[in-house]
Amino acid sequence: MLARSMHPLAGQRMHELSITQGIVESVSEAIPVGKVLAVTVEIGKLSGVVADSVRFCFDLCAQGTPLEGARLEIVDVAGRGRCGCCEHEMEIAELTAPCPCGNPFLEILRGQELRIRSVEVT
Amino acid sequence: MCATCGCSGKVGPELATLPLDDHEHPHDHHHRHHHPHEHGHSHGDGHDHRHEHSHDVGAMDSTATRTVKLEQEILAKNRLLAERNRGWLEGREVFAVNLMSSPGAGKTALLERTVRELEKDVAVSVIEGDQETRLDADRIRATGARVLQINTGTGCHLDAQMLGVALHQLAPPIGSLLFVENVGNLVCPALFDLGEGARVVIASTTEGEDKPLKYPHMFRAADLIVLNKVDLLAHLEFSVERFTTHVRSVNPSAKVFQVSAIRGDGLPAWYQWLSARDPGRRLTR
Repeated sequence: MLARSMHPLAGQRMHELSITQGIVESVSEAIPVGKVLAVTVEIGKLSGVVADSVRFCFDLCAQGTPLEGARLEIVDVAGRGRCGCCEHEMEIAELTAPCPCGNPFLEILRGQELRIRSVEVT
Repeated sequence: MCATCGCSGKVGPELATLPLDDHEHPHDHHHRHHHPHEHGHSHGDGHDHRHEHSHDVGAMDSTATRTVKLEQEILAKNRLLAERNRGWLEGREVFAVNLMSSPGAGKTALLERTVRELEKDVAVSVIEGDQETRLDADRIRATGARVLQINTGTGCHLDAQMLGVALHQLAPPIGSLLFVENVGNLVCPALFDLGEGARVVIASTTEGEDKPLKYPHMFRAADLIVLNKVDLLAHLEFSVERFTTHVRSVNPSAKVFQVSAIRGDGLPAWYQWLSARDPGRRLTR
């Protein structure tokens, strides 16, 4: 194990590191034999997880696991909300997006996904 | 560094440190299945026999690639461990409050005063999460409460696994109140359920009143917002009304309490809120 200061991810103080570790661990457990060529994950635009940061962490997290060298495919899931007042449904870019009718608080229907969709294996 | 949480994995003999690289890793499994089946056939040479073989579905050709659907939540493991913690706490009638804020909002000051004023009515324990040092644990220990420090090293949040280890080590008494002071950070802890009974975000008047808009995930996940340092309002251009409006826009159901942990303003409402949620009803306030 690397000393903390020498670890390539030592400076990464972010939840995306834990999220990426979660991806690598879950896939390693699901695919105990064989080689993983690609992993497809869904990251919702409203999930609070930055896809680029997950990409940044992935190669290093995958080292020494069946995922080493695997391709990471990230499917962005657009945000969608529903207004409790006017029942209108709409695409939203932010968690705090208000409804055009004036209601500041939308029920979030989609966009908070953090999900491993599939893996490509040999 | 612990691969799971980024903690330094320092091990110490004192209660104040946790052997965080020694966790169990329970998890969901997805299995590939073999499907053995039998074929009967006859050879026409006067004998019959049956034999078995198995097909490894989809892997007949070892060089071919195949796609395996997982459809698995990335945070499933944390969620599972959080539910375990929740059950553990409920079984012991321990009310656990996850306290989250940016660094310097006054979590520890509020805790020090809260522990001092409540400990005559109820047993109080504290789990302190910080990247480094035992300074906060030492402050809490001075109040007389049971305290355990988790140092996450480079990790920016507590997760359910760390809390599970801490719970077993701290063993809060039945019917007690447990405060979990998360790592000072308004981003990462929002995503990680610990199994707590309530989530409280502490904001302070020395921060911008737009914090709820800048960190909507955190404020949205909160059951209660405590606005600390109201004793300084006279010296600041901070509008409590605007702050409250911003909270409402991300979380319409959360209560907002205005307090000063130093001067004592608004603390009875905070104690009453805790008391109403205390499953053992040992708080009499």
